[in-house]
Amino acid sequence: MILRSAAMSSSSSRSALSALLRRNALGRRQRRRHLPAVPLPLPLPLVLRSHSSAAAASSGSAWQPRRLEERRDRPRDCDYDHDHDRDRRPPIADEPDYDTLGPTSRLNLFTAINSAMRTAMRTDPSAIVFGEDVGFGGVFRCSQDLLEEFGRDRVFNTPLSENGIAGMAVGYASAGGTAIAEIQFADYIFPAFDQIVNEMAKFRFRSGNQWNCGGVTLRTPCGAVGHGALYHSQSPEAYLAHTPGIVVVMPRGPRCAKGLLLSSIRSKDPVVFLEPKILYRSAVEEVPDADYEIPLGKAEIVRTGSDVTIVGWGAQLRTLQATCDLAAREGVSCELIDLRTILPWDSECVVSSVRKTGKLIVSHEAPLTCGFGAEVVATLQQECFFHLEAPIQRVCGYDTPFGLVFEQFYLPDEKKNLDAIRRVMDYSK
Amino acid sequence: MFATKAASLLLRRSAASSSSSVAAVAFLRNGFANGNVRSMSSNVGTFDLTGSFETYGLDTAPKNSVEMTKEELLKHFELMYTMRRMEITCDNEYKARAIRGFCHLYDGQEAVATGINAAFEPEDSWITSYRCHCVALARGGTVSSILAELFGNIGGATEGKGGSMHFYNKASNFYGGQGIVGAQVPVGLGLAFANHYNATPGKPMQVAIACYGDGAANQGQIWESANMASLWNLPMIFCIENNHYGMGTSQDRHSSHSDYYKMGNHIPGVRIDGMNVLAVKEGMRFVKEWVGAGNGPMYVEMMTYRYHGHSMSDPGTTYRNREEIALTRSTRDPIELVKRTLIDAGFADAEQIKDIEKVIRKEVAAECKAAKASPKTAIEPHLYEYVFSSNGGKKQNEFPPHIRMPDFAKSKWY
Repeated sequence: MILRSAAMSSSSSRSALSALLRRNALGRRQRRRHLPAVPLPLPLPLVLRSHSSAAAASSGSAWQPRRLEERRDRPRDCDYDHDHDRDRRPPIADEPDYDTLGPTSRLNLFTAINSAMRTAMRTDPSAIVFGEDVGFGGVFRCSQDLLEEFGRDRVFNTPLSENGIAGMAVGYASAGGTAIAEIQFADYIFPAFDQIVNEMAKFRFRSGNQWNCGGVTLRTPCGAVGHGALYHSQSPEAYLAHTPGIVVVMPRGPRCAKGLLLSSIRSKDPVVFLEPKILYRSAVEEVPDADYEIPLGKAEIVRTGSDVTIVGWGAQLRTLQATCDLAAREGVSCELIDLRTILPWDSECVVSSVRKTGKLIVSHEAPLTCGFGAEVVATLQQECFFHLEAPIQRVCGYDTPFGLVFEQFYLPDEKKNLDAIRRVMDYSK
Repeated sequence: MFATKAASLLLRRSAASSSSSVAAVAFLRNGFANGNVRSMSSNVGTFDLTGSFETYGLDTAPKNSVEMTKEELLKHFELMYTMRRMEITCDNEYKARAIRGFCHLYDGQEAVATGINAAFEPEDSWITSYRCHCVALARGGTVSSILAELFGNIGGATEGKGGSMHFYNKASNFYGGQGIVGAQVPVGLGLAFANHYNATPGKPMQVAIACYGDGAANQGQIWESANMASLWNLPMIFCIENNHYGMGTSQDRHSSHSDYYKMGNHIPGVRIDGMNVLAVKEGMRFVKEWVGAGNGPMYVEMMTYRYHGHSMSDPGTTYRNREEIALTRSTRDPIELVKRTLIDAGFADAEQIKDIEKVIRKEVAAECKAAKASPKTAIEPHLYEYVFSSNGGKKQNEFPPHIRMPDFAKSKWY
């Protein structure tokens, strides 16, 4: 209602249109359910800059665009700083020590990604950023202001040609450059699949190490966003993980994302970097300003526990954190593991955890059948057969397309996960 | 009568337009008519190329003659004849079951790879399709490394990992054979972008060439690449080796448009007689200069012919008749043409040529023997090395835990 008044009072038809689109994007259904405000691509005024909306000001209404500074006050599900058991987690080889990295800033996911790309481009003159609309920052503003700093030779828009983008990245990286390419949505990665699977992944192997395209990092936003429907919500990590030769990474929050993206860009292997788009604005953390890298292929134990091991990645970690809190109220101690790198995945970490707890739940947004959880489960039953005290549970998306109206029903939320925890606990009583 | 038939074979679709059919006949005339040598001293000849080119969207054109020394022409002949012998050896070894799997032979198209290589520098990037044995040879490979690769032996160009479709050469910027039809073209676009990005201002750019066949010419990814190359003025050459058949389907049946050099719309194009190594060299010299000067990409269509089928499972005679192949061999063969040119120019006589052929045949046989003597590639560590990088040299050839061996116990690491 308020939004409508802002639109009606606008003298400019463009701002009226943008307000109208925003109203549709942030429909009543989402607002009522307090889903994070990630609007559809076109108008995105809620960015870090101070913002004065002429439409809102002239309307005289109480509505003002929310600034990030204001929203920071609210507690964040993805803010892991509050974790109580940091000291008890086992150390990870090559993991940066955040306490010694110097000053930090409160960043959300897209600004953390931006910070990583900026750092990479400052330290590597061959690094280029390209993709659909990256010039003005891209639909999610990840490459914002990079064009201003690095110029049009290094930051440029491409046509809407996913296959061409991926192919160009392979070629440029083969010639020795660092290509940071963006596929606008993970759902659009399929036209580029041939380049990823047949060219990118195999170049080092099939040329006997004469050529490689390790300089490729293909960034792409994935996962549910509240209103994405069939073609803006998918998580294709399992398709990609079936491809030897590429590294598949999915961060769970801003701090993790910056370190992982810097590792990915500098890695000598081609990386597909999946960014859970729901976290772009909703996840805020203290992120070191320094240049730091998080090792690829290493999982992180996000919280330690003794009863059940829960494995997830990406935005699902937020759901799983909440699940662990719910389970704790029932007296169940959960050990939560973020895989961070889907391929090659850190089975050692998961195996040693399950040998301790005897119970495993794997949860991901992507459909159940042949999801990456299936790989985790297959390995774990082989390696931990005599340690298991209950059947392994998979809590995943359904084997259906991602219908707009069914999103909340489709997602493997806290309750479904809690239900799985109860099942394994009952089983092993 | 033969000439008319061959002309219609060459350019079936465009035969209706008089200019095209004239050009096709001109290709033939160049091939075997005497008198294409304009002038010569004892070591340098000027050769007539009239009718070897057609241009599209250009106000300049390749020259109608080319100068070449005796040494260079002999070198081209030797390379082309080595290619022919190597491909015949592949065919024989395949039939003897020493080579298994997929194998695509280049015989008939030798002038294309030889001529492009003659016009190029090692710094120019070259990427091609799976029909790549001879490009690898032209770009500095050896017969034994190519054959050993086909045999799956450790002496192979990529240690037996790639087989027929994958040869590479870092020293001469050869990015190799790619197994997927048309997929090399977007990669070539990235190579062109790299050349553009790394160019020295005020100097000609190194070019990138992506070769593909008429069968790939209508793939969507080629249009994606052409659009970007033109949009950003990249030094990219889209080279269509038109051998008239997309696998087992003739160009009349697989393409609604067979003037491939015009397919770039606003991107200019050149059609070159791909059976004449002199024409290919001069045409590509022109194209490289034009593209390297920053004028943007160019389409090139090489009119050529493959004698073998698409792959070894294709006898090559079910969708075309033997007369057509025999006619091409007798009227347009690229090696016969070079021989004739050598003789006409007085660079060599028939006896000398026979001697050279004899030496090459022996050499190829010896190289084949050496390739066979190379041991089979062992499973360890070659199965898993180079799947991923060695982590910046930190873990050279360490067994990567995430790669599962057939024997799972071997994959255990804790």
